[in-house]
Amino acid sequence: MGRVRTIARRSFLVGSAAILGGVAFGTYLYKREVENPLEADLAPGAATFNPFVKIDGEAVTLITPRADVGQGAYSIQAHLIAEELDVDLDSVRIEPGPPSPAYYNGVVAAECMPIAATSDSFMARTGRGASDVVGKLIGLQLTGGSSTVPDMYERLRVAGAVARETLIAAAAKQTGLPASELRTEQGAVLLPDETRLAYTDLAAVAAEITPVDEVTLRDPPDWRHLGKPHMRTDMMAKSTGTQTYGIDMTMDGMVFATTRTNPALGGGIVGFDASEAEAMRGIKAVLPISGGIAVVADNTWRAFQAAQAVACDWVPTPYIGETEKQFEEVAGSFTEDRQDSRFKDEGDVLAALDAAEDVLEAEYRIPYLAHAPLEPMSAMVKLAEDRLDIWTGTQIPRFMQMSAAEIAGLDKEQVHIHVLVSGGSFGRRLEDDYVRQAVEIAVQMPDTPIKMVWSREEDMTHDFPRPLAIARARGAVSDGAVQAFDLSIAAPSVTASSLARLGQPAIGPDVAIVAGAWDQPFQIPNYRVTGYRVPPMVPVSSWRSVGASGNGFLHESFMDELCHAAGVDPLEERLRLCWHDSSRKVLEAVGEMSDWGSDPGPGRGRGIAFTLAFGVPTAQVCEVTQTEDGIRIDKVYVAAEVGRVLDPVNFEAQLAGGVIWGLGHAMNCEITYEGGVAQQDNYHAYEGLRLHQTPQIEVRGLENGDQIRGIGEPGVPPAAPALGNAIFAATGTRIRALPFSRQVDFA
Amino acid sequence: MNLTVNGKQHEVDVEDDMPLLWVLRDELGITGPKYGCGIAQCGACTVHVDGIAVRSCQLAAADVDGEITTIEGLGTPDALHAVQAAWVEHQVAQCGYCQSGQIMQAASFLDLNPEPTDDQIDAAMSGNLCRCGTYPRIRAAVKTAASRLQGV
Repeated sequence: MGRVRTIARRSFLVGSAAILGGVAFGTYLYKREVENPLEADLAPGAATFNPFVKIDGEAVTLITPRADVGQGAYSIQAHLIAEELDVDLDSVRIEPGPPSPAYYNGVVAAECMPIAATSDSFMARTGRGASDVVGKLIGLQLTGGSSTVPDMYERLRVAGAVARETLIAAAAKQTGLPASELRTEQGAVLLPDETRLAYTDLAAVAAEITPVDEVTLRDPPDWRHLGKPHMRTDMMAKSTGTQTYGIDMTMDGMVFATTRTNPALGGGIVGFDASEAEAMRGIKAVLPISGGIAVVADNTWRAFQAAQAVACDWVPTPYIGETEKQFEEVAGSFTEDRQDSRFKDEGDVLAALDAAEDVLEAEYRIPYLAHAPLEPMSAMVKLAEDRLDIWTGTQIPRFMQMSAAEIAGLDKEQVHIHVLVSGGSFGRRLEDDYVRQAVEIAVQMPDTPIKMVWSREEDMTHDFPRPLAIARARGAVSDGAVQAFDLSIAAPSVTASSLARLGQPAIGPDVAIVAGAWDQPFQIPNYRVTGYRVPPMVPVSSWRSVGASGNGFLHESFMDELCHAAGVDPLEERLRLCWHDSSRKVLEAVGEMSDWGSDPGPGRGRGIAFTLAFGVPTAQVCEVTQTEDGIRIDKVYVAAEVGRVLDPVNFEAQLAGGVIWGLGHAMNCEITYEGGVAQQDNYHAYEGLRLHQTPQIEVRGLENGDQIRGIGEPGVPPAAPALGNAIFAATGTRIRALPFSRQVDFA
Repeated sequence: MNLTVNGKQHEVDVEDDMPLLWVLRDELGITGPKYGCGIAQCGACTVHVDGIAVRSCQLAAADVDGEITTIEGLGTPDALHAVQAAWVEHQVAQCGYCQSGQIMQAASFLDLNPEPTDDQIDAAMSGNLCRCGTYPRIRAAVKTAASRLQGV
């Protein structure tokens, strides 16, 4: 026991203590750091001890500020607080809280820095510390980058413990008993005679005392919730149709709206003729908005119909509009002036390739991909004279608050964002374009609650896709070993594109172009990864696992090619090359799980892939069979290292879901453009995995690492290459362009 | 026109071709059935008409010829249908947006085929899209629900 530290000094200490000794337990000194937004509208007799816990005479409220987009963020945040606060989650309120700098994300900015997760160098520690400083400085309230658990693991337990100890102090004050004789259990302080003083009954007293500033966190063996299977807090609502998503909001007097903007991205609109639409039943207004029109009606379907009846005069896209030409632009970007990064450059790649008898060369391509969460973009907005209320799902409430305020001509304090559960996101709700539109409607129709819902076609054709990329790879093998690996990746910058829309600068190289490739823990004698930045084309954004989503395929497919060229087993060679202990263990784990090396049987093949992304080493083995109907994916084994598995049930769900996400898009999906218009506008043309093609998936979580990590994204990157490598093993065909379905059928 | 939803009669004044989904959601305020695609590709809008699963985004209001049951009428948090209970037990949902439709599809399917094979489960449930990838647990939950329903 016993590292005393202040939260304010966290930036330094996380960089040192967490890396050296794992996550520290023991005594924590809590210092009030940023304003507590819960104090703003605190009722008399209610108490708040920090930005995460509020108690009044009726209820205990836990604030879970990271958005729940399906990954279970609310549930795990609530469990982290409850583990220390001693409350049953059935009997508390769980709320996302308001937009506030208090809810800054202290770790996600590190994803934009060229820091290998495996590095504990001074520079790496400084960079991670800087992430905390930057996050706090700009009040970066953002959900993403699998950062919720690493960011909140300590912070929320400390918050729960501070609340608990303050409630004990309040009970001591009220009863005159020494605090040391009091304990807590299920939402109450227990006196020595087992009398229960409910937290809710102690709120008024607790509100009068200063919260304690030193707490001791429980050691993991003493945990009651964390690390054990538990019920996610949203299962009942989501199994009974009673979960309210943004699209489900209803209010008295509300109207239903939809928008239709230029399908040629960025093209804008010159004018429109709404006379036919305005005459249709139930249509209240057809309004101009940026880039298109909005229809307000008394029913969403009527709004959809009328939106199609508006004659719009569109402007052509300013971007390169044809996918063939977009790929030409990417192919032309492997030039010195477009070189963006070379974070990995070990040995002498050029000399090794020159000296090699045979140089293996390959070119890989990955397409644009849409997020297409099942709940289309939607928002409820209501604008009054001095107040704007917005109900929607979002991962960026503070950015949304600022842009909405600007459009409405209000101060940001006058914009109230009520975050709702999202029907999926996968990165889509890191954008606020849909809310900007809804606010534009509200400005023209104040004092009316407006529920704006996009059609699926509007949603899919107005996404900010995962960018396309081309990789050119060269390598050499000798003596049954990989000797040289030279990977060049050209892609547009996700980071620059996204940050520009958030009004933030993007400085330096974009790590996303090479993430999941440059930072892999392999010691190849001559090893180089170079990123080339393609000038901006259609705006792009973060898509589940971001840069690694495609780079895993690029790196691991070519790694497989080199292993086969060297005549070595792809698992054995990766193990030989891997210097990082916990990465080796996930490789060994999937080897064992899949009985790697045994005869897979006729017409069958196994492929292996590994990606370290978001600090999580993840390995997968995919087993396929060549059937008369095409390739059948039989089974996927996946092992991942997250330091500590806090919720084994959701861990399995997220990892399996990541595999399915990775497989489905690699098999079937691409977004292509003609004239800047996405050619896939609904799920018939953009089909992720369906149940009949879903393999059995076996999941294993390892806990050897020294840092706790998130699991929403790391399952994605190795899925595609494991499948491609399995197809090669079964058929001898190497597929170097996604989606696979362009070249093979799937059973 | 008159519609019976979850045992309750409603009179609605809508176009004949308004999809049932939008009658339920926007006219009657029943939001359990979800809008996902509007073209019967995702199944999030699945409801029952006389116990049979239909895609309510493709069923014109005037063509409804039976009693409608939505997820709200199948069971409630206090009185779960066996399929819902299995969904909770297996913790199927992630974002949960497709699950109303998945559950309605499974309930209708098990009613028609109480002892399904694995292949039949796959075939029956493959019209319902889940973007989060909850399929392994959907399979398991359907099997659990089937055995529970058999036991009743």
